[in-house]
Amino acid sequence: MPNLTYKEAIKDALAEELRRDSAVFIMGEDIGLHGGAFGLTKGLFAEFGPDRIKDTPISESIIAGAALGSALAGMRPVVEMMFGDFSALAYDQIVNAAAKARFQFGGQCKTPLVIRMPVGALSWKSAGVVHCQSVDNWYVQIPGLKVVLPATPYDAKGLLKSAIRDDNPVIFLEHKALYEVAGDVPDEDYVVPLGVADIKRSGDTCTVVACGKMVHFALEAAVTLADEGIDLEVIDLRTLKPLDEETVFNSVRKTHRAVVVHEGHRSGGLAADWGMRIYTECLDWLDGPVGWVAAKDVPIPYNDGLEKRVLPQVADIVAAVRKTHGEA
Amino acid sequence: MVDLSGDLLLRMYYTMWLIRDFENKAAELFMKGILAKGGVHSSVGQEAVATGVGLALRQDDWISSTHRGHGHQLAKGADPRRLMAELLAKDAGYCRGRGGSMHVAAFEVGSLGAYAVVGEGVPIAVGAALAEAMKGSDRVSAPFLGDGALGQGVVHESFNLASVWQLPVVFVVERNGIAVSTSCDRMVAPSTRLADLARAYGLRYRGVDGQDVVAVHEAAREAIAAARAGQGPSLLDCKTYRFEGHYYGEPQVYRSREETEAVRRMHDPIAHFETYLSEHGAARQEEMREIRQRASETVEDAARFAQASPEPEPATYGEYVYA
Repeated sequence: MPNLTYKEAIKDALAEELRRDSAVFIMGEDIGLHGGAFGLTKGLFAEFGPDRIKDTPISESIIAGAALGSALAGMRPVVEMMFGDFSALAYDQIVNAAAKARFQFGGQCKTPLVIRMPVGALSWKSAGVVHCQSVDNWYVQIPGLKVVLPATPYDAKGLLKSAIRDDNPVIFLEHKALYEVAGDVPDEDYVVPLGVADIKRSGDTCTVVACGKMVHFALEAAVTLADEGIDLEVIDLRTLKPLDEETVFNSVRKTHRAVVVHEGHRSGGLAADWGMRIYTECLDWLDGPVGWVAAKDVPIPYNDGLEKRVLPQVADIVAAVRKTHGEA
Repeated sequence: MVDLSGDLLLRMYYTMWLIRDFENKAAELFMKGILAKGGVHSSVGQEAVATGVGLALRQDDWISSTHRGHGHQLAKGADPRRLMAELLAKDAGYCRGRGGSMHVAAFEVGSLGAYAVVGEGVPIAVGAALAEAMKGSDRVSAPFLGDGALGQGVVHESFNLASVWQLPVVFVVERNGIAVSTSCDRMVAPSTRLADLARAYGLRYRGVDGQDVVAVHEAAREAIAAARAGQGPSLLDCKTYRFEGHYYGEPQVYRSREETEAVRRMHDPIAHFETYLSEHGAARQEEMREIRQRASETVEDAARFAQASPEPEPATYGEYVYA
């Protein structure tokens, strides 16, 4: 099985879907000859040309709006937002128009639309306050949207193919820190279904619920904690909306402990949402309080040392897990 | 001068009365508390723009509409029964009661929908034009917008993208001069200079008297033909008048009753068209009376149908969120 990076897996998914379906096209800023800010579309322009790999003006709102209109008229657009943070400029089109179109029109239309956006912090390469946010909770709140964040190359390719074949607007988040992470990716066509979590490590003394880069941090924490006799089960949610609650609940009912870990800010964040669901459905099984690891309510700083204090680190997960075991 | 057949003129006359009667019926239902919902906006006074453009488009062309959009939908061919049922939030409505007056679409006749956030539907129509251009079809797309929407960035982004990509779009500006309650002269720098704006963006421009349905129609046909022939986007600047308040029941503290009465007297697009029809011998008084009667009956029937229709079943609240 070939070993690809997360970035290569995403590019392959785009290329294969462009070849498979002539209704698929890509639009975004600097994605043509330039190949995208992170090089995700490099080479696609040469194969598919300017009609299907469309360089747009720097106008996030019309990018999202025009993509939506084209979807309503029968195309399957895939938008690249240069950074997730910039999608704030397209928020009305995504949240008020795209998310609600099928519902408000009583099922008259479909909106097969994917909006890809790089999110999250890059530590030593980070670019500060408006290039590093985890914007997933901006979108998870909105009925009508699906929200995806893969953690591995295999999932990235399979989930993106599912997203492009889905008839709903899908916010496809890509963690910048994972672009160079490599993993096995099959040659043959496959999809990873939306709405299905994946157990990235089986264990039986505590469940860690995470997504994106935090999955890798949780796996690192598991190595440290294994020496202490704590056997973590790490759940990668993969799709943040709709949420695969059953996989989470089944795991917590097995391990009797849970820690929720999310790179986004603590207030109004996704970790609190996951924790509340666990309390509501699994209280009788819990042997201790649910651990809560999230970013502090501070913008993401430019300085690396400051950033590490704001965002969750492996040590924070280790500490939260110990706490669920009654250790200080 | 395009050739306007007698039949087309009579269809225009019917459509204008259909819109006016529909709006007045909706207002009546609102006053009686039958249309007991907020956010219903009358387009009385602006019938010539919707009609002139709507009848110049093919059914498979696209429009996007605004919060003041009943006329656009009707002129595009939407079923008055299903439109009125949607206003009354009924299950037989176009959107099965989920959308309402401000969020109604009729995809079966090429309406991408009304978008209630000012300017929001404009980029969506541009996107539909993009899709048609990519598919190699000759369908065009006509977003309706008011001059109040010229303050929205996304409208300017739409002008720009349609121009740089030479998309088959006809931007129809209903320049009624009022942004909700505030004169556009104080709100939007170029509101009286749309020609300059169009030139700056490289859009073909036509300015017309929006109360003159024939003038609107001729200009629309020209712009649509250009778009269909791959000659790029146009902006149609239609000077018009909003006879009613922003929404049904809005007190209009910003203008006097005398002012409104004068506008109604001097700028009624239907009265204007009746004079035209008589002067050109296109319709006899009796024919006009019959057409007007038919429009009125259609609206009465739509209102009866809508009122008799059942509400959506509450248990179906979760439908249509996802495909």
